[in-house]
Amino acid sequence: MSKLLKSKIVVLGLVAVLSLGVLAGCSSPAAEEKETSTETAPAVEVVEEGQATTLEGHVNVVGSTSVTPVAQEIAEAFMAKEPGVKVDVQGVGSSAGVKAASDGSADIGMASRNLKEGEKEWGLTEHVLAFDGIAVVVNPANGVGELTADQATAIFKGEITNWKDVGGADQEILVISREAGSGTRGAFEELLDLEAENAEGKTISAVKKDALVAEGNGAVKANVAKKEYAIGYLSLSYVDETVKGVSIDGVAPSVDAIVAGEYNVSRPFLLLTKGELSPAAQAYMDFAFSEEGQAIVAEKLIPVQ
Amino acid sequence: MITIDRKKHRKRELTEKIIEKIFLVAASISVISVLIITLFIFAKGAPAIGIVGVKEFLLGQDWEPMADIFGILPMILASFYATVGAILIGVPVGILTAVFLAEIAPIWLQRIVRPAVELLAGIPSVIYGFFGLLVIVPIIDEQFGGGGNSLLAAIFILGVMILPTIVTISETAIKAVPREYKEGSLALGTSHIETIFKVILPAAKSGVLAAVILGIGRAIGETMAVILVIGNTVQIPNSLLDRARTLTANIAIEMGYAFGLHQQVLFATGVVLFVFIMSLNLLLNHFTHKAGDK
Repeated sequence: MSKLLKSKIVVLGLVAVLSLGVLAGCSSPAAEEKETSTETAPAVEVVEEGQATTLEGHVNVVGSTSVTPVAQEIAEAFMAKEPGVKVDVQGVGSSAGVKAASDGSADIGMASRNLKEGEKEWGLTEHVLAFDGIAVVVNPANGVGELTADQATAIFKGEITNWKDVGGADQEILVISREAGSGTRGAFEELLDLEAENAEGKTISAVKKDALVAEGNGAVKANVAKKEYAIGYLSLSYVDETVKGVSIDGVAPSVDAIVAGEYNVSRPFLLLTKGELSPAAQAYMDFAFSEEGQAIVAEKLIPVQ
Repeated sequence: MITIDRKKHRKRELTEKIIEKIFLVAASISVISVLIITLFIFAKGAPAIGIVGVKEFLLGQDWEPMADIFGILPMILASFYATVGAILIGVPVGILTAVFLAEIAPIWLQRIVRPAVELLAGIPSVIYGFFGLLVIVPIIDEQFGGGGNSLLAAIFILGVMILPTIVTISETAIKAVPREYKEGSLALGTSHIETIFKVILPAAKSGVLAAVILGIGRAIGETMAVILVIGNTVQIPNSLLDRARTLTANIAIEMGYAFGLHQQVLFATGVVLFVFIMSLNLLLNHFTHKAGDK
């Protein structure tokens, strides 16, 4: 018995050594992506009502993976001010966020699309936190840096299938899309005219059927970053140096371009609440819409104020 | 004296009975769980099949949940192909490994191979998927193009994932073959290898088949590893390099977004999966019973 155990340990050790080697070989720079975002926090006036009392509690913020990064940054700045409050931000998708806010399993829901008809009947209060751009992204090694909106639509529909038709290399285009129900996908299809009607008059997606489906913004980004001839779409807040945002009709995706009304691929980010909030959750909401919170929003999104 | 004994006796009887009941409760937890899960899945999913229509649901080729079009044929086929592929890789390798462990390998080598196979069983499926995404998908992309996320990648990963199941169960079956069979065969002048393929494996047939069926069950049910490598495109795959989406992947990917009928249909997808697995288990029972008759 102990011999068997010993050999198991030996094999385990071997596996550990081997995998360490592999890990060391392909260490990724992903860990450094987080910049210190709270530097823009000038000691703003102490929360109104002058209550220096320390809040305590736990706030669950659940929903869209697109809203998650900004909600998380707001949460971190908020927790730095209110050490007694713990804010948990979970990205599980817009529909799940709406549901969680409605059934009370989350204090605050996040959605990156407008509420659907059925959802509007659930008595949720919508707070528009920001507007977000959706960037069409390609691999940084791709020579193509600009598309017209029509070209982008044609690529996602599958009418243009080779990069050489839009001024790139003679390579097949790998289209990466999102799962049905994703807020980003819904908004993107609406904005780029990627919707069609079927025989029964129902709206269906016109994105080419054989597109790779990645689950979440992070997965789209990882796929585009790894595959040289891929094209995908991301919430603007996810765009970083691992992928290249393509200019649409000559305008690069950026907060400034959206504010100026030049970049048109944008949609609202919603925070959803139902009924009376706990003091801690209310404080988080107040903070998100305060000057300070909106300053965080403004880094990558378009604040509402 | 006698009264004391009787007291003692009664007390003992009581504890015996209580402990027996505890065993019963423990045993019924599995049964109750199966019943509740079955009821729940069917209650949630069956009405949706009625709304969509059995034929449209099982044979429909379009999946447009936002427009209430729910056809899962592409996913049924993807699950089927992925499983068959995994079996084509996993079964030969697994059975040969089992024979090697049971019959050929020297003890020191067994002590390396067996724990390695056992460790393989303990690796979480998401790690398999991650490995596939970082290693197998880029290799396929390099060799064949097309991005690399494909049925082929899923087949590789599943083929490896079902190895431990097939190896351990086949090995047990092979070891259970009576020594006399082997001795008799060798005494008749056959070589060791001939004995393995002509006598031992045929004698262990039912156990090996059970291993294969359990392997199929594992391959059909695997979700996380598959999602990461298969590309998740709803289309009927025409080649190994095509992207596809399996039944399990479909449920896992869309459940977070699903709402109303869409959600019910995902449960219905679960019903289909459930029927598959149940049929496999019946098949398994059939074979193991046969083994008993032998």
